[in-house]
Amino acid sequence: MSEKKGWKDLMRGSDLPPASSLEYKTGSWRTLRPIWDPEKCTHCMICVSYCPDMAIPVKVTEEGVKGFGGRVYKGTVRLETNFDYCKGCGICATECPTHAIKMVREEEAAKASK
Amino acid sequence: MSKWKSLTGAQAVAEAMRQINPDVVAAYPITPQTPIVEQFASFVANGIVDTEMIPVESEHSAMSCTVGASAAGARAMCATASQGLALMWEVVAAVPGLRLPIVMPIVNRALSAPINIHCDHSDSMGATTIGWIQIYSENAQEAYENTLLAIRLAEHKDVLLPVMVMQDGFIISHGVENVEIFDDDKVKEFVGERHPDRYLLDVDHPYTIGPLALPDYYFEIKRQQEEAMENALKVYLEVGDELSKISGHKYPYFEEYKTEDAEAIIVVLSSTAGTAKDAVDEMRAKGKKVGLIKPILFRPFPYKEMRKALEKFKVIGVLDRSMAFGAYAPLYSEIRNALFESSQKPKLQSYVYGLGGKDIFKSDIEKVFEELLSGNVNPEEQRYIRLRG
Amino acid sequence: MATLQEIMAKEPALASGHRMCAGCGIGSIVRTVLAASDKPVIVANATGCLEVVTTIYPYSAWKVPWIHLTFENAAAVASGIETAYRALRKRGKIGKEVNIVAFGGDGGTYDIGFQALSGALERGHKFLYVVYDNEGYMNTGNQRSGATPYGASTTTVPAGSKSFGKPQWRKNIVEIAAAHRIPYAATAANHNILDLYNKAKKAFAADGPSFIAALQPCTTNWKYDPALTMRYSKLAVDTNFWPLYEFDHGKLHINYKPKNRKPIEEFLKGQGRFKHLFKPENKHVIEHMQKMIDEEWERLLKLEESGAVL
Repeated sequence: MSEKKGWKDLMRGSDLPPASSLEYKTGSWRTLRPIWDPEKCTHCMICVSYCPDMAIPVKVTEEGVKGFGGRVYKGTVRLETNFDYCKGCGICATECPTHAIKMVREEEAAKASK
Repeated sequence: MSKWKSLTGAQAVAEAMRQINPDVVAAYPITPQTPIVEQFASFVANGIVDTEMIPVESEHSAMSCTVGASAAGARAMCATASQGLALMWEVVAAVPGLRLPIVMPIVNRALSAPINIHCDHSDSMGATTIGWIQIYSENAQEAYENTLLAIRLAEHKDVLLPVMVMQDGFIISHGVENVEIFDDDKVKEFVGERHPDRYLLDVDHPYTIGPLALPDYYFEIKRQQEEAMENALKVYLEVGDELSKISGHKYPYFEEYKTEDAEAIIVVLSSTAGTAKDAVDEMRAKGKKVGLIKPILFRPFPYKEMRKALEKFKVIGVLDRSMAFGAYAPLYSEIRNALFESSQKPKLQSYVYGLGGKDIFKSDIEKVFEELLSGNVNPEEQRYIRLRG
Repeated sequence: MATLQEIMAKEPALASGHRMCAGCGIGSIVRTVLAASDKPVIVANATGCLEVVTTIYPYSAWKVPWIHLTFENAAAVASGIETAYRALRKRGKIGKEVNIVAFGGDGGTYDIGFQALSGALERGHKFLYVVYDNEGYMNTGNQRSGATPYGASTTTVPAGSKSFGKPQWRKNIVEIAAAHRIPYAATAANHNILDLYNKAKKAFAADGPSFIAALQPCTTNWKYDPALTMRYSKLAVDTNFWPLYEFDHGKLHINYKPKNRKPIEEFLKGQGRFKHLFKPENKHVIEHMQKMIDEEWERLLKLEESGAVL
């Protein structure tokens, strides 16, 4: 995060530019990390739509990706969770209909990913 | 060509609004301001202006709607008085921090309790520390002209602060005077159009206005606002010079009336200054050397200029039409502040008069001058004019 | 009919990096509602959770034009924006068409914002008002509002040896809104994204004011595991605690009728704010709650059947 500005350098009247919150990485809040298994995913979009932090990015693909049962899923598909912002609330893991997401202690997950 | 019309102060302000033809006006009734929005509403209903009017459900919403419209990019106005100003105070306090150039005519009326619909300055004097520019008008002509000036002052890029334009309730707002209304085209050219550099309806350039600021930033944002207030001192005179070209009148920080060789002067705001000028003339005719100063720009307060104007007098009486219970009355307080740095020390006397619309007469003012000239003054004592008991 | 895939393909109007509690439902509501607009959106936000967490200076999570003024006037600010929009379009200064949305919490809508809401609805401004209803003043730590349910413990009306929590039933804000004869008013729930999306779409198409009350479980103050937000939203609907219905030009249509409505205990259990109700001396509270919910449901069914227009 950048250094704090003096009063002369601030935008006028406490105005702010759009999406400046992206500089604030809320991923540091996490104590649990969602581990997503793409092979179990049906790309149903439930986790994407429920995520409070918009931390599950998607892409639109014509060729599709391999998911649950080896099937190919086309159109809007989810990508790996954006761990810069994921707070580890666990809603995605709780609501996933195919149990493709598991919550794991953040320290363990961080160790495992090294 | 300008036209002379017989108008009340409220109608004069409505005329100014007619010539400004703002995009949005929010209207809520409160005595004695109601005739302003009534007159303007009839302009709207008859197609004389094409302003969009919002008949809101309270003054709090009147100011909230005006803020929404102004932030959206419109030139927006509303008017109020007394309890209405008190109710919308929460929002009024927020406007300067948002740097929105809202112009609001205020028709001075006493604050409750007890409820009173007549003139005193307790309403606008309760809003001196929040960052609104404040201009006081002596009569309908001034109320008309100050409203036009206020639009340009508020919208100036170095200011971008809201402005309150005051006139005395009933005395001016409901009293008929001959008012010179300047040529519509000339005024339209002077007032111009609003060109905000940022506005919500410019959806291609989104931005956030009105965030939460914690202790690490709040102070800095407010310091910016103070800078704009300081700029307003200069810009007020610049805009006044421009308006002078149309009106032929001058727009100083304060008016000095027969002060050149005065021994005693009074400092007094608004319509009472008009009465007082007559008192000055009558006393001058009797050979008494008296004069008056009528402050016009109250916020930002021109301390330096006021000190230079005041320090040469022997004795100064300050007449306040409001009290600051437990402290020196507001105008008196500013005069004391202005004189503090002076090496010369004029004698001062504070007077409070006219609360709740109690009349003040020429004879009262003449008594004040006599008292000042006699030297019977006490700067720490608040004296009352026409108070029974 | 849009699919979740189509809706999620749209870029969210809210960016990450905001300070919502982990497990908060508001982000999902905002994303869904704004995705339903096919025109650019301008947002007026009342003071509260949403406003505070998304705009802590110098960080703003909003990608759309957004304004916050004070607590009670989201509807009034939206009215001002809407009027400016009409005025400036009339004068040829604005080319683009926009939609205007006001967001407020239940505190800023049922209570302190009630007047401004009523005035805006009565004047017929074309805008959508969404209340994210978490049943209390949650940003300040769970104080009782007009939306707090009967029997809930809040810090201003806590449960104790002499109190079982809130003794009054909650206001029916959607019927109050509909009584203003606005073209569209509806309830919605956090977990049912498609229902909320479709309702927002209808609201944006309405030729006048529209109103949506979206139930938003609050993990921090209802006191449950953050992962269960959507579970509680489902339970609220499945117990008829929060029926899903809409008033289309005053005519009621119930969107979802659970075949076997679950007993209210299913919704209450596990929430810290209702824990005291499971004590034997508070049994009557749950009984009364169940009775009121069932009566309320019967009333809704009758109203729908009658075809009466509000």
